[in-house]
Amino acid sequence: MPKRTDIHSVLIIGAGPIIIGQACEFDYSGTQACKALKEEGYRVILVNSNPATIMTDPEFADRTYIEPITPECIDKIIAREVEEMKRLKANGKLVLLPTLGGQTALNTAMALFRRGTLDKYSIEMIGANAGAIERGEDRQVFKDLMISIGLDVPLSGTSHNLEEARLVAEKIGRFPLIIRPAFTLGGTGGGIAYNREEFDEMAKRGIELSPVSEILVEESLLGWKEFEMEVMRDRQDNCVVICSIENFDPMGVHTGDSITVAPIQTLTDKEFQIMRDASFAVIRAVGVETGGSNIQFAVNPDNGRMVIIEMNPRVSRSSALASKATGFPIAKIAAKLAVGYLLDEIRNDITRETPASFEPTIDYVVTKVPRFAFEKFPQADPTLNTQMKSVGEAMAIGRTFKESLQKALRSLEIGRYGLGGDGKAWRIGEKVYGDRDILPREVIAPKLSVPNAERIFFLRHALRAGFTIEEIFQLTKIDRWFLTQIKEIVDFEEELAATKN
Amino acid sequence: MKAILALEDGSLFHGTGFGACASACGEVCFNTSMTGYQEILTDPSYKGQIVTMTYPLIGNYGVNRHDVESWQPHVAGFVIRELSPVVSNWRAESSLSEYLEQNTIPGIQGIDTRALTRKLRVRGALNGFISTEGIGDAEAIKRAKEWPGLMGVDYVKEVTHKQAFAWDPKDEHSANFNVVHGSGPAEVREVRDPLPPADIPIVAYDYGMKYNILRRLRQHGFKVQVVPATATAAEALAYKPAGIFLSNGPGDPAALGYAVQAVSDLTKSGVPIFGICLGHQILGQAFGGKTFKLKFGHRGGNQPVKDLESGRVEITSQNHGFAVDPATLPADVAVDRINLNDQTVEGMRHKTKPIFCVQYHPEASPGPHDSTGLFARFRAMIEKG
Repeated sequence: MPKRTDIHSVLIIGAGPIIIGQACEFDYSGTQACKALKEEGYRVILVNSNPATIMTDPEFADRTYIEPITPECIDKIIAREVEEMKRLKANGKLVLLPTLGGQTALNTAMALFRRGTLDKYSIEMIGANAGAIERGEDRQVFKDLMISIGLDVPLSGTSHNLEEARLVAEKIGRFPLIIRPAFTLGGTGGGIAYNREEFDEMAKRGIELSPVSEILVEESLLGWKEFEMEVMRDRQDNCVVICSIENFDPMGVHTGDSITVAPIQTLTDKEFQIMRDASFAVIRAVGVETGGSNIQFAVNPDNGRMVIIEMNPRVSRSSALASKATGFPIAKIAAKLAVGYLLDEIRNDITRETPASFEPTIDYVVTKVPRFAFEKFPQADPTLNTQMKSVGEAMAIGRTFKESLQKALRSLEIGRYGLGGDGKAWRIGEKVYGDRDILPREVIAPKLSVPNAERIFFLRHALRAGFTIEEIFQLTKIDRWFLTQIKEIVDFEEELAATKN
Repeated sequence: MKAILALEDGSLFHGTGFGACASACGEVCFNTSMTGYQEILTDPSYKGQIVTMTYPLIGNYGVNRHDVESWQPHVAGFVIRELSPVVSNWRAESSLSEYLEQNTIPGIQGIDTRALTRKLRVRGALNGFISTEGIGDAEAIKRAKEWPGLMGVDYVKEVTHKQAFAWDPKDEHSANFNVVHGSGPAEVREVRDPLPPADIPIVAYDYGMKYNILRRLRQHGFKVQVVPATATAAEALAYKPAGIFLSNGPGDPAALGYAVQAVSDLTKSGVPIFGICLGHQILGQAFGGKTFKLKFGHRGGNQPVKDLESGRVEITSQNHGFAVDPATLPADVAVDRINLNDQTVEGMRHKTKPIFCVQYHPEASPGPHDSTGLFARFRAMIEKG
């Protein structure tokens, strides 16, 4: 199927200013999209308020609006562009591509849909329509949809009194349990219960605090293994996995704050293929017609149970990583798929001979390490949780995980040459330790059990202080495979230290 | 344990041994799958080959008794960049190294598998010699050079079951593996999807068949009678099958005159036929076509195949070093699937008879499940009668 000829102009919404939780990855994806669509001869209209972006350079779009990314503003831009197209006697329509500018673009596109702007001017959303975006973004709608297609989600149930709550807890069958009171401001009264006493107390309090006397009791996935799949789909329903990613940090730490590794390391082919099938089932059920999606899974390390956590019906932060990790330009190809091309009609940029309808297979390991800046925010809580706190990231490629991790740590530009052993001091709170000092166990243990920006370095301290892999696993739930790899680096450090000169 | 890999062109790779203390000759080839080493090791199609994995970290998830494609591993030797010092997966029962040791197969790790792969891509598959027994450089190269190679050799006879047998009559080994579901009972460890009734009797020719083909056939309601590769058409038809299946298998398809003869007779019987991999190459020859050796073969789980009739693209699992030459096929055979990377034949269909076949592995294992529908196509073809 060739590209669509009924389109004249494509409106792309950028990501706006750089903030914590969103760096320049959406400049990368938006720029790719502008280039790809111009190459196809479409008129590209771009809105982005951030002047420090490549995409706002004059040559990337036919019209660039440096204006606030708000529905009101884009409404006016659309009205103006519709007039402009009349003046140009454009034969073809104006469409909106909402999936390449991150969450800001997606939210703005949805707001335009809700306020009727898109209907008023009969503007089609390409890539993903409003229905698909809603199915992917609304937690409850998404969860119900997953259950309806037979996929597994965290177990949960609502209750209105302690008895009901206990029944739900019994059905889930294990602690910890998450308690979320309905309709309390900022989730007041919620929390995680680790035993029956805590549960009873929190459930009672939650029901009291909720104006509708209702709580949601949900299974906690803390400590489960976390995985991601970067998937693409074309309008003939061909689906491919571009990249699989395994998180070094287990569930509980935001993916953006996790060390992540591509490809997946610790799943058998049987499990991997079940995850691949599930990913395609998700993108089809949500209805992302063309382009990329990111789907996140949690896996119980004890029995392999695989739970869908969420999906992003758009190019995401991981897409930039996946593109660089595999050489498959996700954003560029997503743009071409959105205007009607099929995967096998697009050339693979790396081989130049084979089509884009393939799944990259790599003979190396890619590691991404988040960059934090807590030293600049002394008031901020450096504990890592489900809210993203990193300000950037560094990626490295190596033939082994050890090589890629060491290179990525060195790339962070925090002055370290890797895990340690570089002769530089360690500043921990008020105290300063020498590089090869053995840290006290009581200093190390809390730095392992509570996720934090420096945990990766404390894995080295722990191993050097004599913690076993099993002890570290119990404290961190970081997969033993990763811990063993770290131990090999630490062992080699000892070997090097022993053979002076 | 020191280990060596020598190639017939005189190149040498020194590394660390794992698995068994042993030596072996074989055709050195590479596989690009990032998961599924246990399935690859146990695939009988690798008989006579020393397999290199292009993905560098192998052994991470260990081995288990379920992810096998036959009764034992068949590779002559196994070449990897780095063996995981631990296994980390809830299904693991032992390590890769222990597994190879039990099966007397030598492994080498710590070599530059990328350099080796590049050499194989430029030169094509090369004969080689692998040893973990402390054999010297000159001797290793000599053994690699002296090995006669795969061409013209019948490896099928070594891996086919010698006796006919009924596959899994008690339905103990055929159900599809699945992961546990939150809505299921807490004590269940491994989920097996329920099987439909086995209501269509077929005969499957075993040229070195992967178990997952048998599992998939059973999952689609076939009652499978397996016959040895040497079975004649009359012997197969004596079971009164509603369909005939031709399996995958190792080695040079041109060395299998007896199989081509049997299949040629079967194509005249009117019984529907479905072939996979070597089965496809044998059918190609039975149609009157020829096979040829690919430069470095297709081995991996990411090969794009286009169905020329529907336009759909499937990502497929492949393992073949030979291909059917489309120019040699008669007019009543249509090439209906091609590989998008090199345009080689990936599927054929007889225009008037109920016969079709594919060069790749719809049973996956390892690899993507995109082509599982071909088993349903076989069933529909038989039911249409």
